[in-house]
Amino acid sequence: MLSVVGLSFVALLLTVGALTLESDRAEYDYFKYHPMDEISSWMVQMEKDHPDVVTVVDYGRTYEKRTISLLKIGLKTEAKKKAVWMDCGIHAREWIAPAFCQYFVRQILHAYKTDDKMAAMLTNMDFYITPVLNIDGYIFSWKDSSTRLWRKNRSPGPSGDCYGVDLNRNFDANWGTVGVSSNCSSNIYCGTGPISEPEAQAVAYFVGSRKEDFLCFLTIHSYGQLLLIPYGHPNFTASNYDELMTVGQGAAEAIWRVHGKKYTVGTSPDVLYANSGSSRDWARMQEIPLTFTFELRDNGTYGFELPEDQIRPTCEEAYSGALHIIAYAHDKTFNGAAAAAAATLWAVLLAAGVSGANLM
Amino acid sequence: MGLRGVIVLVGLMGTTWSFNMTTIRPEAVSTDTFARPETTEETTEQGRNNPGLMTEDRTVHVTALTDTSGGVDSQTTEATVGCFKKGAVAEEEAVEDVMATGELNPSHYPAQRAAKVVQHYLNTRYGSPYKLFGLKQVHSGNAEDVADSGRKYQLDISVHEIISDTKENCSAEVFFPRGVKQLSPQVQVSSCEELLKIDANSEEEALYQQYKTNKTLRTEKRLPDSYGHIDPEMTPFWHLGIVASSFIMLNESTENTLYNVAQVANITQLTTENDQLKFDCHVLLHDMVSQEIPQWKLLFTWSPAGGVKVLHTEQLPHVHDCEKHPKTN
Repeated sequence: MLSVVGLSFVALLLTVGALTLESDRAEYDYFKYHPMDEISSWMVQMEKDHPDVVTVVDYGRTYEKRTISLLKIGLKTEAKKKAVWMDCGIHAREWIAPAFCQYFVRQILHAYKTDDKMAAMLTNMDFYITPVLNIDGYIFSWKDSSTRLWRKNRSPGPSGDCYGVDLNRNFDANWGTVGVSSNCSSNIYCGTGPISEPEAQAVAYFVGSRKEDFLCFLTIHSYGQLLLIPYGHPNFTASNYDELMTVGQGAAEAIWRVHGKKYTVGTSPDVLYANSGSSRDWARMQEIPLTFTFELRDNGTYGFELPEDQIRPTCEEAYSGALHIIAYAHDKTFNGAAAAAAATLWAVLLAAGVSGANLM
Repeated sequence: MGLRGVIVLVGLMGTTWSFNMTTIRPEAVSTDTFARPETTEETTEQGRNNPGLMTEDRTVHVTALTDTSGGVDSQTTEATVGCFKKGAVAEEEAVEDVMATGELNPSHYPAQRAAKVVQHYLNTRYGSPYKLFGLKQVHSGNAEDVADSGRKYQLDISVHEIISDTKENCSAEVFFPRGVKQLSPQVQVSSCEELLKIDANSEEEALYQQYKTNKTLRTEKRLPDSYGHIDPEMTPFWHLGIVASSFIMLNESTENTLYNVAQVANITQLTTENDQLKFDCHVLLHDMVSQEIPQWKLLFTWSPAGGVKVLHTEQLPHVHDCEKHPKTN
């Protein structure tokens, strides 16, 4: 009699326990677009869930005084670590970009526990990932259907009757020379001076003060299906142009292997348009060797309003591409000669793992 | 396209820039950050040598590549009326001068922009609620100047009919006229016949019959909405909006634009006229080069037999948000 009661009680406890566990662990939906408050909560949750690996770092303020934060992800070691930078959402309307940053975080946190390669990377490097850089702009793009296509930040122009600076024209890299406008109404208005904008300042100060640590700098945008290498100014060529093209093409191939999407690799002036003051160019000028702009899906059919059912495949392919670059950077620094081949092979395997099947 | 080995760097004050947008990248480059020996034209390193040039007193030369030698049309000038400025944003043109000639790199922007124009052309001629063309790939391209009248592109591309998911290779010629007044490009397409024979007749006819008898179709929703979603029942009208927009995108295209439809803001059915379904719509375009969102209103008709015909277009003023956005969180 007592044992039956006891068993029932245990059963009851287990059921309650299971239910509680389930509701606590309602998985964040990485394949829906999230407003800023949900992204902020998610960041806090990531730190809570992985306290030994993830730290939220506040590193600046937006014009409207919101805190700009990143997730620093890495395994703790005594050794001096190198670093990887990734930022998303520098342009407000490119919603697929913040979605990708969140997905990327999820993937590396899943992978390192079982994948030796990822564990090695997180041991040797810290990943600094900013899910939304242009927070004011992003929030504004969520305001209502008329604001959805906002691009810039929200600082007021000189005369107060127009808003916003194109943050990706505001960096101190041939600032104000090409592919910009001096007109505040323009969507490529470069601001009143290089890094006049607090959001750009935040990146410049954080990365600039650690620039020797950074192996790569990836900035995520949409749309166009492009991997852009420095420089945006047509008269400047990076000293490692060949390396950037080779690594970029490797990344494009890794992307293609996932879902067959073609991404074009090249400098902005070659494949898109000339421009100046981009974060990628600035980062390259800080001598961070591997700097890329990702322009994610699509090619114009949906443009900025990429359907949510394309979030997953876009993230999967972009993850494969980003990892190709990161692995290359890592292996070049930590493994030496066989780096390139190993990185390619590993990227293939990881891509296969991600997509589940598509090894062509 | 000849290559000169020598570049002359001249620091000049407020003169035009010339850039040769070569399409073939030289192999090895050893130095970084300095003006590299590009080809043919003189380059003036205005911005680079004179960082102090960017002062409070901003002039058009901020873009530094403004070509004043003709062939460039600034967008319509602005007349400030309170917070609303009439006409398109006055944009300083990006590179406009010596463009690539001869064989083009198919993945570089000159061929890509010309090919996009072919997409718009195909949609104006053959697009329907069930037939929509997208540019798939540029295989090869060639450009040549035509006396002083403009520039002609010859392209081999593959085109994708999105709804039936069929692809075909096409050859096309795009002519961008040059002149004081901006004229529309002219397009000719050949060897694309299979794609254009795609049969969507039964769906088109069914839609036509359904809406012919004055059923008021109004959609408040933006197509697509902010999340990229389109109600399946609205999809044919999204396609129609894109096809109608293609007339505008075709007309407005130059070598310095790359248009896509950002959104069909709304589309309203009006009374059927002459057996043509009639629509009023408001569309948001996206020009990749300027990153602007030009807005247009269109009046157009459609029938399976008649295709899309645009009756009236009107560009809407560039609206600025003047109200202060309060911090909400």
